[in-house]
Amino acid sequence: MNMKVTIAGVELKNPVMTASGTFGSGAEYAQLTDLNKLGAVVTKGVANVPWPGNATPRIAETYGGMLNAIGLQNPGIDLFVKRDLPFLRQFDTKVIVNVCGHTTEEYLEVVERLAGEPADLLEINISCPNVKEGGIAFGQDPKAVEAITREVKRVAKQPIIMKLSPNVTDITVMAKAAEAGGADAISLINTLTGMKIDIHKRSFALANKTGGLSGPAIKPIAVRMVYQASHAVQIPVIGMGGIMTWEDACEFMLAGATAVSVGTANFVNPNAAVEIAEGLEQYAKELGISEIRELIGAVKE
Amino acid sequence: MKKTNVIVTGKSYLAPGIISLWIKEEEMAKEAKPGQFLSIYCRDKSRLLPRPISICDVDPENGVLRVVFRIAGAGTEELSKAAIGDLLSVLGPLGNGYDLREGCALLIGGGIGIPPMLFLAKELSKELTKEQMTVVLGYRDQNLFLAKEFEAFAEVVIATDDGSVGIHGTVIDAVVSNEIFAEQVYACGPTPMLRGVKTFAEKAKIPAQISLEEHMACGIGACLACVCQSNEVDTHTNVKNKRICKDGPVFDSEEVILA
Ligand SMILES: Cc1cc2nc3c(=O)[nH]c(=O)nc-3n(C[C@H](O)[C@H](O)[C@H](O)COP(=O)(O)OP(=O)(O)OC[C@H]3O[C@@H](n4cnc5c(N)ncnc54)[C@H](O)[C@@H]3O)c2cc1C
Ligand SMILES: Cc1cc2nc3c(=O)[nH]c(=O)nc-3n(C[C@H](O)[C@H](O)[C@H](O)COP(=O)(O)O)c2cc1C
Ligand code: FES
Repeated sequence: MNMKVTIAGVELKNPVMTASGTFGSGAEYAQLTDLNKLGAVVTKGVANVPWPGNATPRIAETYGGMLNAIGLQNPGIDLFVKRDLPFLRQFDTKVIVNVCGHTTEEYLEVVERLAGEPADLLEINISCPNVKEGGIAFGQDPKAVEAITREVKRVAKQPIIMKLSPNVTDITVMAKAAEAGGADAISLINTLTGMKIDIHKRSFALANKTGGLSGPAIKPIAVRMVYQASHAVQIPVIGMGGIMTWEDACEFMLAGATAVSVGTANFVNPNAAVEIAEGLEQYAKELGISEIRELIGAVKE
Repeated sequence: MKKTNVIVTGKSYLAPGIISLWIKEEEMAKEAKPGQFLSIYCRDKSRLLPRPISICDVDPENGVLRVVFRIAGAGTEELSKAAIGDLLSVLGPLGNGYDLREGCALLIGGGIGIPPMLFLAKELSKELTKEQMTVVLGYRDQNLFLAKEFEAFAEVVIATDDGSVGIHGTVIDAVVSNEIFAEQVYACGPTPMLRGVKTFAEKAKIPAQISLEEHMACGIGACLACVCQSNEVDTHTNVKNKRICKDGPVFDSEEVILA
């Protein structure tokens, strides 16, 4: 049974990776799960300089999901390159560095800085709903998506995954814009903008008022968008949004995802991503298929 | 630190809405330090995030740990229904815990910040006599819990919001009016109380360790949900904040800013 999948020439030992922002740079989770069993670790978004993030409370639980407004707190690219990348390189897994910025220049600075570093792929977050400038502003206008993709591709030494926002009217337009800009792959979905009000305190649950909704509550939207996006473009799609079990991961692959990311599920079960990879393998064996790739886009029309 | 299923071995009701559970987990019971906490998961799948609850006591010989909690919402309501013999999914022990230091100790617990002080008092009592340790406990009203259990280790002073027991006022009022002598302060409770402790200790030039609370997702330092502001740039985050779940929940009062 061959679990390998390939994204932009980078071979992953299995299609399961962690979702950016839910797994740090792996150091904490390494005490609870085996990073060697993951297709890739996707790191928390990193910017050219340290970002302090938003005020607290930064998260709130919702029915079958959660809102977060971390605000892309990160230690900055210098410390990340010095401390986090070497840590991850000790493991037999691919490393995907998630990049954030307020302006095109800031994104480019990080991408250039990573050129000589041992990162396998870069994921460009143009879809964070929790920062005032940059982030989602790039991800909601197809012209901006195409332009920033093109700029990033010009300086990048690694293949580029553009991470798309679900907070748009037509995901296929954004997917096509990323492809037109030269993206090697796209990933989706980032979180859906939401809000929660504490009726007893008559206040917002999050200091930021709005936050990004993730977890099983968003899965059907994510599956639909992955299906639509994967039919709109030729480049590989990485699917995510509410994956808790191998069955969920399988659904994303059948919808057209080449690989999947597991995010909020890590908070529920630190070993979730590994268990999902094992579950997929078991399932494929039982089906009698020889390549996990056979599942990609294999939903019957 | 690990995530595992633990069996409930004891349960009692301490006051209206305040529940005590003993759970069996030998490694955790051996490893646990006062001030550390457990992340307890809900059975109901609509509630994804674990609930952070302090370790209130341990009995390493019998491999058991105790938690005491208040029913504050749906998650703790569910937990309150756990019966002896039930399994709970738990991650821990988490956080840094108190640094047990030399010197006469003043322990201050407010409301649901009281439980971790019991484990701390027990550990400190290995070095300190009853005369060297004072515990000040703040409650809303006459529905006290755990107060009697501190008497084996320390002088106990009680303050209530409504004046029904002990001093009518805050824990700080109680500390000041009793002129309690202390060389080390250890505190856990709601943020307004901790602000009072911080001001009091810094004015009196007594080192104070305070245990903070924030909403948590991962509980292990990965997601950056639970930060507090710090005076200096933190070595891990590289900005002026610290992760309560990992670098705390206990901090020296002088390193953090209570917004
Ligand atoms: C380090 C630490 C130790 C704690 N120790 C104890 C203890 O020993 N005994 C005790 O009774 N309580 C303790 N708490 C508070 C306890 O975690 C909350 O009361 C509990 O999470 C409420 O969950 P709920 O589902 O009943 O309430 P809900 O309000 O329905 O919870 C909704 C969400 O908000 C979170 N939340 C709500 N209140 C708090 C809070 N005060 N702190 C952090 N998260 C919160 C919940 O975890 C959940 O994710 C501690 C909190 C922290 C951070
Ligand atoms: C706490 C938290 C932090 C996140 N931080 C980032 C981030 O830094 N960069 C990013 O591209 N996505 C971030 N995300 C989005 C996730 O990577 C993922 O796209 C989303 O949560 C949907 O997947 P899930 O339902 O499995 O969590 C974050 C999500 C959460 C819950
Ligand atoms: S709860 Fe995730 S860092 Fe503290």
